[in-house]
Amino acid sequence: MYRQAKTGKLLIDILHGKCDFCGCCVGVCPEDAIELKEAEIFIIDPRCTNCAKCVWSCPIEVIKFNKEGVLV
Amino acid sequence: MKDNFDVIVVGAGPAGSVAARFAAEQGVSVLMLEKDRDVGYPVRCGEAISKKGIEDFIPMDEKWIAAKISKFSLNAPNGSEVVIEFGDAGFILERRIFDYELAKIAANKGALILTRAYVNGLLFDEDKVSGVKYEYQGEQREVRGKIIIGADGVESRIGRWAGLETFTHFRDMECCVQVTASNINIDPNTLYFYFGKYVAPGGYFWVFPKAGRSANIGLGISGMEGKKKSALHYLNNFMEKNFPDAPILTSIAGGVPSTTTLKKISAPGIMLAGDAAHQVNPLSGGGIASGMIGGSIAGRIAGESVKLNNQNHILTYDKIWHERIGKRHEIYNRLKNGVYNFDDEKFNKIAHSFLKIPVNKRTLGKLFTTALFNNPPLLIDIAKVFI
Repeated sequence: MYRQAKTGKLLIDILHGKCDFCGCCVGVCPEDAIELKEAEIFIIDPRCTNCAKCVWSCPIEVIKFNKEGVLV
Repeated sequence: MKDNFDVIVVGAGPAGSVAARFAAEQGVSVLMLEKDRDVGYPVRCGEAISKKGIEDFIPMDEKWIAAKISKFSLNAPNGSEVVIEFGDAGFILERRIFDYELAKIAANKGALILTRAYVNGLLFDEDKVSGVKYEYQGEQREVRGKIIIGADGVESRIGRWAGLETFTHFRDMECCVQVTASNINIDPNTLYFYFGKYVAPGGYFWVFPKAGRSANIGLGISGMEGKKKSALHYLNNFMEKNFPDAPILTSIAGGVPSTTTLKKISAPGIMLAGDAAHQVNPLSGGGIASGMIGGSIAGRIAGESVKLNNQNHILTYDKIWHERIGKRHEIYNRLKNGVYNFDDEKFNKIAHSFLKIPVNKRTLGKLFTTALFNNPPLLIDIAKVFI
């Protein structure tokens, strides 16, 4: 179990410099909370529920929980 | 540019380009939008395809063939190698050329293509999809269309925005990473597959030859496995062990929705094709051939619907796809689930048994029969698709 965001602050981070823009995370996101352009990606903050499916699906370890998110 | 078209295709991969072509062949106006600046690049694909999968869609041309394939080499965790010979079974494509050629055919049939056009929303007339919003070189634009074909790949957001359930369960997402490396000494006509928990748990590792002693080397694992270790971890291990000094020409990540087709791939004003519709063969993870078939059916029906001025006609797409390919993918999916949880010892045993079959009598059907001999329902499925 991962701690849910209480403050509304995102707990999932995308390491932008490493991202290959492949779309795995977008495909598994149940909330349509990831915007992906040709070479630009970001999480749509209000939609993200921190469910972690994008973290697990990223083939190259680009989406991570930040420090607040790895508790519990 | 016009601000309305009969058919708008989103995504210029193989499914999109074939859909655009088949719609344009009906004499209707077609616009195809691609978010990247190039059609065919970057290549997120192992690039293998059967000969049968390709000949209906494009005349053979050496320029997009990177290797001709006549053998499979399947490698068990203990190193046992099973070779199956096929004759002239298929190809490794040069997809940056192949996709480009497919798009050119669509353009020659009259489809208009716009690259660097990032679709970020749909237009609606009441409940019916009636166009797309897109960003083009920093400018927000709109274009109206009678039918939108979402061929937007694994992301499949077009369908979502239209109200179709398109997201992929992370268990079904094959998370892939691949390098194209040079100085690889392998047989230039053999596809190599590696199995086992140390190379690609719940998936497979591939080494596919390309011209000039280069190769596509990569793997796919389920998002379920990705929870523990990433695909990249396994790729790095394999490269270090097998090709430590190979120069890397490209490295790429990608996702393959490896499951059955979505429950619904059409709705008023909208159709989905290719990865966006989950039209991938769930057993092999191959999606070029089936995506082109999906695109051809979608494009043809879209064109017909416009000509007939009958939106209900597009809803026939689901059934036609299901009869032609969808049913078969359900069988492949059951076979995938049947072999998904095999442990290393099981793979070793299968190789051991299969090696007793003489080389000239080995087939994929016999291999699956060997693997699943104690699972009678799946043996029937094997007979349906391989024999």
